[in-house]
Amino acid sequence: MRATLAAVSLGGVVGALGRHGLTILIPTPSGWPLGTFLVNVSGCLAMGVLLGYLARHRTPPLTQPFLGVGVLGGYTTFSTYADETRGLLADGRVTAAVLYVVASLVLGLAAVWVGLTVMRRAPRAAGNAGETS
Amino acid sequence: MMWLLVALGAAVGAPLRYLADHAIRSLGPRWTGFPWGTLLVNVVGSALLGGLTGAAVSSEAYALAGSGFCGALTTFSSFGSDTIKLIEGRRGGRAAVYVAVTVAAGLAASAGAFALMA
Repeated sequence: MRATLAAVSLGGVVGALGRHGLTILIPTPSGWPLGTFLVNVSGCLAMGVLLGYLARHRTPPLTQPFLGVGVLGGYTTFSTYADETRGLLADGRVTAAVLYVVASLVLGLAAVWVGLTVMRRAPRAAGNAGETS
Repeated sequence: MMWLLVALGAAVGAPLRYLADHAIRSLGPRWTGFPWGTLLVNVVGSALLGGLTGAAVSSEAYALAGSGFCGALTTFSSFGSDTIKLIEGRRGGRAAVYVAVTVAAGLAASAGAFALMA
């Protein structure tokens, strides 16, 4: 449990710093939260790839807590998504808010599915006998 | 400095998310068929961040408690993968309820806490 928590914590730091850096770098065209949007959709794609990979490969025990719960959990965020939506609505930008909510949901879910599907169809890495699916 | 504050907040927020999920799952099999843990951290984290924004805290406090702690406590990737898992498990209705409740409760919590602290 202690090792798992340490792996999640360390991964969370890596992911959060990645998110922090990207949201500084990515512009917000006329106040639309493009940075968080791209972070969340790319994190969903990576989560699909990771889960698809883990289902078919044997990996070290802390791989999922570190990469999935830690890095990707810390990289993506729901609280900022909610707060930015609230901000757009408070500014009376209803269309931009609805677009942000729906586009994040639809593309995020699609990204998880694409990641999973690609990894399920990809040939398994040679020399790995962890077939579980 | 800001980077360090974000890192510190995330170092606490991410394991707390794991512990919340773990605690709910250990309540028994009735609690494992729906992503209660992710729902809980996303709603609580949205309320906290809404409160921080409403209170217009300093940028240092926001980096630590907002971007760092709330950002890592909440997650969009698990929210997405939870939903896809429910759909693949032929629990489409449950998936729709999960998405609708997370978004509605997260937004309400954020807006409510913002108004409370503003």
